Amino acid sequence: MTGTAVDLIWLAPALALLGFVLNGVLSLTRPWAGAKTLVSLIGVGVLVGAFIVALAVFRGFFGLHADAPVVFRYWSWIPVGTLQVDVALQVDQLSTVMLLVVTGVGSLIHLFSVGYMSEDPGYARYFAYLNLFVFFMLVLVLAANFAVMFVGWEGVGLCSYLLIGFWFNDAVNANAGRKAIIMNRIGDFGFMVAMFLIFWSTGSLDFGTVFTRAPTALVMGGSAITAITLLLFLGCTGKSAQIPLYTWLPDAMAGPTPVSALIHAATMVTAGVYLVARCNLLFAMAPLSSAIVAGVGALTALFAATIALKQWDIKKVLAYSTISQLGYMFLAVGTGAISAGIFHLATHAFFKALLFLGSGSVIYAMHHAYHATHSHEDAQDMRNMGGLRRSMPWTTALMWIATLAVAGIPVLSGFFSKDEILTAAFARGSTHPEWLVFWGFGLLAALLTAFYMTRLMLYTFSGPNRTGENEQAHLHEAPWIMTGPLVVLAVLSVIGGLLNVPALYHGGEWLHHWLEPVVQPSVALLPEAHLTSATEWILVGVAVATATIGMTGAWRLLKPERLVPARSAPEERGLARLLRNKWYVDEIYDALIVRPVVWLSREVLWKQIDQRVVDSAGVNGAARGARALGWANRWLQSGQVGTYVAVFVVGVLLVLWRAIS
Amino acid sequence: MLLRPALFISAVLFTLGVAGVLFRRNAIVIFMCVELMLNAVNLTFVALAQTLGMGGQVFVFFVMAVAAAEAAVGLAIILAVFRHKQSVSLQNMNLLRDG
Repeated sequence: MTGTAVDLIWLAPALALLGFVLNGVLSLTRPWAGAKTLVSLIGVGVLVGAFIVALAVFRGFFGLHADAPVVFRYWSWIPVGTLQVDVALQVDQLSTVMLLVVTGVGSLIHLFSVGYMSEDPGYARYFAYLNLFVFFMLVLVLAANFAVMFVGWEGVGLCSYLLIGFWFNDAVNANAGRKAIIMNRIGDFGFMVAMFLIFWSTGSLDFGTVFTRAPTALVMGGSAITAITLLLFLGCTGKSAQIPLYTWLPDAMAGPTPVSALIHAATMVTAGVYLVARCNLLFAMAPLSSAIVAGVGALTALFAATIALKQWDIKKVLAYSTISQLGYMFLAVGTGAISAGIFHLATHAFFKALLFLGSGSVIYAMHHAYHATHSHEDAQDMRNMGGLRRSMPWTTALMWIATLAVAGIPVLSGFFSKDEILTAAFARGSTHPEWLVFWGFGLLAALLTAFYMTRLMLYTFSGPNRTGENEQAHLHEAPWIMTGPLVVLAVLSVIGGLLNVPALYHGGEWLHHWLEPVVQPSVALLPEAHLTSATEWILVGVAVATATIGMTGAWRLLKPERLVPARSAPEERGLARLLRNKWYVDEIYDALIVRPVVWLSREVLWKQIDQRVVDSAGVNGAARGARALGWANRWLQSGQVGTYVAVFVVGVLLVLWRAIS
Repeated sequence: MLLRPALFISAVLFTLGVAGVLFRRNAIVIFMCVELMLNAVNLTFVALAQTLGMGGQVFVFFVMAVAAAEAAVGLAIILAVFRHKQSVSLQNMNLLRDG
């Protein structure tokens, strides 16, 4: 207990849980007049309450000037021998940043949902799930040990599954949810084994104890620490959609768009980045793992960006963009630039939430237009959009801000955070040449990012409208409850860079200094890399030039007026087709993993082992054996007392004979 | 001493009892044969009590008491069966057999 507002930390997750319980109960009642208003008040209210708590906690913690985390132990959860796990929350510099991002962006997205989901019959259920998600996300970022963190880790996965398959009447959505949770299981297996190894080698699961003991208990760069960190990273690739486990995220777009914004862009998918940042000491002790984290991040950033170039579904473009941006974050934390990674996490939460919510507004308008004319066209296909700037000026302007931010145009938030990551990667290149390759990947991905985002904006908002003659009249701006959060996010996207203005621009690097106590242990282990300010200026110039080339290139090359609606669009050929089909990764996974597993399950495990061995030999075999034994022995049970007596006498005689002789 | 003849008679009586239980069908006869076996044992007890102490004689009383109780219960069962089946032949008492 500190005697400050920090003590109230439990209130933040508790409020979200309360919202889940109340809305969960309301979702079970029959609809009545004021139900929706009540659900909205509870759903948004608890989040705003949690955000206020977060602000108070941040203020309190700021005033403490603490170098060590403040840990609150509430009760003992698993006391087994040397394994002592408490339900404990931890407040430190990193968790307060995550707390503010989750509750702040979460509140805005909850508010947006009030408008977006207003006509949905599952309104209360939706808010119950969303509140539950925030609860688990807060448990994840506030946990003081790996076990409690794992509860949050699994919980957000569950909520992700529930919300992807929110419209479960459509089999496609339900399958997307299953794909997400199954792919996450693979990653969770890594997390769990890593947890076992951590306990085995350090004898504890508490963050504080583990990080104190790790330098002595584990050999720097040894096989144990490398295995632990690689397994943790396997968990991250599942949760944060990195190669090779990223394929669930594009499918997760089947859920409602605010869900995509909250879970699949701003918060849950960044849990992996948070995990690496939290365990920065462990990763710093395993240079090989760090290189793999950075390499996978850089490769994912580039790979996902190429796919985003040729997607037509507006949300799919944003999904691949998210994967790509998450790749940047992993490049940062793998390089050891933890604060740069968290910085990009925060700015990305702002502009990507804005992009997703903006696309939500677009889809909302498109859906209403098609609904009004009873058309069954695809409301998310950019080929059916075009020229929306005339009917949706606010959304257009706000999404352009986010596009400039994600492309890395100067003074917007994305410019600072992305530039810091690329600079850090380049700086590491002076001692480790492989980082120059990662830097190259990152730069190329930045070029593609600028290109595909401009493409999305041009095809959606510029050129002639392709929605249809009758539908055009019905396209209009979303209500203010949806546009309002967009405005706030746009402001954040513009000024978010102020969090961490680099020293190069005589900035305070506030976030960098704020996170220093958390990052300190790993900094000492990493090689010093200093760039001259001239080099840094050149790097900035290259980054800005890249973004500009990407955007103007898209502007010059793409002709929105030549597009035809999805219905009559021709098939792509060559490279375009390859990218359109996402490098056929889903098909490759299907052929290499899914189908062999299904075949093995069906032909061997089911038809041979289950049916032949377990059912035939085991269950039915035991029954048949008992029956045969009974059949063989039934002559003994003649029912004649005389026979029984005769047998009895023979038995007695035998016993007597044995006793005498 | 009359121990040898006493034990001999006891053995003969017991064998007769066993043979009766084995080969007769009438439940009452079988019942009597069971009593015969009990009394053969009683005779052994009494005979051996001459040399081994009074415990055997005491035991005989217990056997007699149990036999009396058994006679009461056994005869009641036989009576109940007779009412049900109009017969006391063991051949007809095979309800435990399936089918």
